[in-house]
Amino acid sequence: MSESAIAFDSGRVVVRSEPWLARVVIIGLTMLFLTVFVVLPLVIVFAQALTHGVVAYLAALAEPEALAAIKLTLAVAAISVGLNLVFGLIAAWAIAKFEFPGKTLLITLIDLPFSVSPVISGLVFVLLFGAQGYFGPWLQSHNIQILFAVPGIALATTFVTFPFVSRALIPLMQEQGTLEEEAALSLGASGLQTFFRVTLPNIKWGVLYGVLLCNARAMGEFGAVSVVSGHIRGETNTMPLLVEILYNEYQFVPAFAVASLLALLALITLIAKTILERHLDEGRQVRDH
Amino acid sequence: MTIELTNITKRFGAFAALDGVDLRIADGELLALLGPSGSGKTTLLRIIAGLDWPDGGDVSFDGENALARGAGERQVGFVFQHYALFRHMTVFENVAFGLRVKPRAIRKDEAGIRARVKELLDLVQLDWLADRYPTQLSGGQRQRIALARALATEPRILLLDEPFGALDAKVRKELRRWLRSLHEEINVTSVFVTHDQEDALEVANRVVVMDKGKIEQIGTPGEVYDYPATAFVHGFIGESVVLPVNVTEGRVWIGNQPLNIAAPNVGGPSKLYVRRHDMQVGSESIGLRGAVRHVRSFGAIQRADIAVCAGGNETVIEIDTPRDHALRTGETVELHPRRYRIFAD
Ligand SMILES: Nc1ncnc2c1ncn2[C@@H]1O[C@H](COP(=O)(O)OP(=O)(O)O)[C@@H](O)[C@H]1O
Ligand SMILES: [Mg+2]
Repeated sequence: MSESAIAFDSGRVVVRSEPWLARVVIIGLTMLFLTVFVVLPLVIVFAQALTHGVVAYLAALAEPEALAAIKLTLAVAAISVGLNLVFGLIAAWAIAKFEFPGKTLLITLIDLPFSVSPVISGLVFVLLFGAQGYFGPWLQSHNIQILFAVPGIALATTFVTFPFVSRALIPLMQEQGTLEEEAALSLGASGLQTFFRVTLPNIKWGVLYGVLLCNARAMGEFGAVSVVSGHIRGETNTMPLLVEILYNEYQFVPAFAVASLLALLALITLIAKTILERHLDEGRQVRDH
Repeated sequence: MTIELTNITKRFGAFAALDGVDLRIADGELLALLGPSGSGKTTLLRIIAGLDWPDGGDVSFDGENALARGAGERQVGFVFQHYALFRHMTVFENVAFGLRVKPRAIRKDEAGIRARVKELLDLVQLDWLADRYPTQLSGGQRQRIALARALATEPRILLLDEPFGALDAKVRKELRRWLRSLHEEINVTSVFVTHDQEDALEVANRVVVMDKGKIEQIGTPGEVYDYPATAFVHGFIGESVVLPVNVTEGRVWIGNQPLNIAAPNVGGPSKLYVRRHDMQVGSESIGLRGAVRHVRSFGAIQRADIAVCAGGNETVIEIDTPRDHALRTGETVELHPRRYRIFAD
């Protein structure tokens, strides 16, 4: 509401008190920086992918190895987003709506995957499930394959992307408090009815926001997945891993073709994120009335 | 329905929010819980509603143990202090909520729900707002929608937390009158919480005055105003003039000046409480006098600050007197209370 007023106001102040040259230089430098470090690489990715034309580009993506990587990436993303959606909702619910000892510790733990290098996250799973790991012998005797297979990749990805959903929801749910839930309960709603009719509709944009970021990271994760994947061609290579392998083999068109898909994902994520943020802001403004 | 609370206690950590509350609420009553902020009113209301659980004591509805039942099973309509309307639902859906979440076997059909919501929106005179969202309503409108939502499921008890709290003076007055007539119309046992004595005295049939988690007095508005049971109630309800006195062998002293008034059943350091309009200025002398410091006149009265000597100290009191006898700044006047109470410290 007051946004335009402020913009107008500061606009006037800037014109009066600062030389226009400073403004041009500062804005120009920002633009230059963004162009060199963000826009240019994106353009190069697409340009490289298309050096031999659209046909070669599509052919590169239709390679069995590329298709397998795309499928694996989608599957892993689906599993880890699904798991993190459930975990994230439960964790955010517990933290925002209940008081219990150890709450601060839990909040800190949720952030752990963000503060640990992904490579270390991957190594933890090797220590747990590898042949020499804690559960390794037991898993081997029961013929269960976790490392160098889809379960390991999904687990590592889930771990690395765990904070996204809960991080998006905790502040939102804390701000909303528990009064609407109490009103619903007092009106005779069951716990599930309260969740689906009151809580979920109030946080749906936050959930989408968390899922979006979680998905982007899940599809793009390299470090942790690289450690647990084993790089079995056509089987345990996700898209980011395949890009690296192809690039190291000087297969530039296929490498950049697969990379372009990841870049496209980033662009779509960015646009969706902007739209969602507007929805979240609107919700917040409505509440401030 | 009758509600009976026996020896209710509730602690938050080491702090006792409710400390042995006993209260019986008769069927069809309109009862006010009155007390300063932090006195435990909301906590008590939430315990009746089943949104909080006492650490000790019993709650029974019509003789049945209510603590065995959850909030949803108590058939209590709760109107929250800040309304807690469902922000993503229209007014219509807010009011319909309690009807929609009923088990299928006893749920009304869509037409039945629509009819009931319409009936309630008519009752609160806001049927024209059915399609709005809560954020598009004024405070008074939200309050009435919250009330309609709470009434939709035909609760046996209606609980309202600071129903007039966030409203401006004019809307507040209207809503008070409206709530009273609504209660006459539907006659459901109702309890409302307020920190404002006018709300309580104007609306309720009976007032429960609370302080620091305890009940200070229960009575009709007239009783708590005219016969306050404790110093707290006297000070909290109505405008009071308070003077420090000492009672020895039935005699009341202010400083070293004896006062010609009786002090039944008290002794030692005490406080003399007089309603501002009960403190008269005149020729009759009981030994209480003071110097006029400041006078302002409006309407039919003049309000004066009068400095009374109490031993070594001076206490400035504010009194209201009729304008026919004009007071002048600086003059010394005789004071005598038409009615008064003395409470031991
Ligand atoms: N959930 C809670 N946790 C800790 N203290 C609380 C909680 N709820 C209420 N209190 C405390 O209990 C006291 C009574 O609160 P409340 O019943 O809300 O008072 P009132 O409604 O009369 O203003 C206050 O001092 C308040 O700080
Ligand atoms: Mg309160």
